[in-house]
Amino acid sequence: MSKVGYCSAALLLGVALGMPVRALAADAASVQKGKQVFQIWCEACHGSGADRPGTLGLEVKYSGKIPARLEDRKDLTPDFIKLYVRNGFAMMAPFRKTEISDAELGALTAYLTRTQK
Amino acid sequence: MRTPPGLAPESFATALREFEGVVGKDWVFTSDDDLHLYQDAYSPFWGEPDERKASAAVAPHSTEEVQAIMRIANAHKIPIYPISTGRNLGYGGAAPVYSGSVVLDLKRMNRILEVNERNATCLVEPGVSYFDLYRHIRANKLKLWIDCPDPGWGSLIGNALERGNGYTLAPYRDHWGAHAGMEVVLPDGDLVRTGMGAMPGAKTWQQFKYGYGPHLDGLFSQSNFGVVTKMGFWMMPEPEAFRSGTVMVYRYDDLFKLVDILAYLENLKVMSATTRVESPLLFGAFKAPPPSPELAALRARNPGREEYEAFAANNNVPYWSVILRFYGSPKLTAAHWEYAQEKFGTIAGAKFKDGDFYEFPLSDAAVNRIMDKAPLGIPSLEAFSMGGRTPTNPTPSNGHMWFSPIIPMSGEAVQECERVFREAFAQWGVNPLGLPLPQLYHERTFFQIYGFPISHDAETNRKNRETFKRMIALAAEHGWGEYRTAPAFMDACADTYSFNNHALRRLQEKLKDAVDPNGILSAGRYGIWPEHLRKTRS
Repeated sequence: MSKVGYCSAALLLGVALGMPVRALAADAASVQKGKQVFQIWCEACHGSGADRPGTLGLEVKYSGKIPARLEDRKDLTPDFIKLYVRNGFAMMAPFRKTEISDAELGALTAYLTRTQK
Repeated sequence: MRTPPGLAPESFATALREFEGVVGKDWVFTSDDDLHLYQDAYSPFWGEPDERKASAAVAPHSTEEVQAIMRIANAHKIPIYPISTGRNLGYGGAAPVYSGSVVLDLKRMNRILEVNERNATCLVEPGVSYFDLYRHIRANKLKLWIDCPDPGWGSLIGNALERGNGYTLAPYRDHWGAHAGMEVVLPDGDLVRTGMGAMPGAKTWQQFKYGYGPHLDGLFSQSNFGVVTKMGFWMMPEPEAFRSGTVMVYRYDDLFKLVDILAYLENLKVMSATTRVESPLLFGAFKAPPPSPELAALRARNPGREEYEAFAANNNVPYWSVILRFYGSPKLTAAHWEYAQEKFGTIAGAKFKDGDFYEFPLSDAAVNRIMDKAPLGIPSLEAFSMGGRTPTNPTPSNGHMWFSPIIPMSGEAVQECERVFREAFAQWGVNPLGLPLPQLYHERTFFQIYGFPISHDAETNRKNRETFKRMIALAAEHGWGEYRTAPAFMDACADTYSFNNHALRRLQEKLKDAVDPNGILSAGRYGIWPEHLRKTRS
């Protein structure tokens, strides 16, 4: 589903369930912002393609039991994402707040956990 | 609260409040959690007392804020250490050389100030990464290329000041050599522009490199004489086409003629991209699949040259190979490749293989499919698969550091360097990473690159540091000098440039004392220490 399609469907579903439209719109905006953060800071390692060392590493680590692309994962939690972004792991260096601010990190977690809501 | 060495906590607290007055409270970092982000993620001192740590970090948004910070730092004698994107991994990352310094984090200064398509130049701030400029070019459909180092998240300015290298044509892949004009905040807060930028209203700051009078730009690379806040670069016009081909030769002694012809074609600008001499027979080509069982057995047995040559001839495995890359039009690149084959064809038994061919511009989908992006001016992080988790390396390392002495561009030098280090490693009982074969970055030399993984085991790191220092000394004995290094080895490398009782270092120190009398800026960087810390030189 496209970015716009996802947001529209989420809004319609929220209205049907009686959820506040403003809160859903804020969530959608956060997810959209988080996608931009992912594309700028994460995609070069964790996106699709044989030259993405993060995706390659997770393919080897999980042998297909868990998706290698972070955007396909359904088990990530905000705390788990923040832990890795601020501490790094192995070859992955951590990211400073001048690179990914706390607000941007919050949006990134919203994006990577979007399918769990 | 951490405090810089020798500074009273009250003075530091006052300075931090003054920094907050310049950049705002959100951009002064003092908590342990925040300062953890300013440690070197690839530190060879991981977890040891000598680990370099910041006492604080301050992140300005403009040149004026940098000037104000430097004036405050001077008033309170606070050590300052500027970083650009802080991703100089393997060479210190975001950590200061002098532990306890305040890191001046320039990442927020990330404006692309000008891109001149007709003149193929740009002017950027230190926080602009190769990815940032590439996205700008794609978004605006500009017919320009950038020259990228391995990690695309590096800063154009930071990498140039480190004298880093890339992968396209010679004028661009020397990142320092490709710069044109700088803006620099001096340690006392004064503001200088170099080259034509010294003339108010100059129309050619990014076009003519030298300006008038002494060319001082070099003072600000691999040094600690100022904070660079703007820098211009020459860019490469997008070519119509790219073509590559591989040259393969099968006898050991072919190395000498192979390198001579490579140098000839490079200096004629027939073949102009970065390349390396590889040995599919001895070591396997870079990123090559595992060797056949027969070749693996041969390497394990390591017989004499004649048996290797017989195996090379009988199994079509080259002793040496080189990938050549050409830029231009489809016709021009074909002509250059044909001419290169004519020249290398004078080596008996040489074989050739056509490689990639692309015409530009490329679609986003086409870009995504390309594995070897750097020679096409496309930034990536693919290099981090080296040491990362892969099918052949199931346990990733925690980073790396590189030892890269500069050797002459000749087969004899390659042979000698490979032998000297091979014998030393055997004697020392060590086995560094990397391909012990030469890389062509600069036009008349080779880089002989050896790597060391970073461990979280202190004893392993200690042994690797010891080996690294022994390699620096051994290389110097043979006239091979390191071109760039990590903070842990800056003093050791500087010690090898010792002509006339360290006359160069003595000159650097005179300049340091004149330009930075309080010795506040990047103490120890590239072995240049301010007067009050010279006794601490390692």
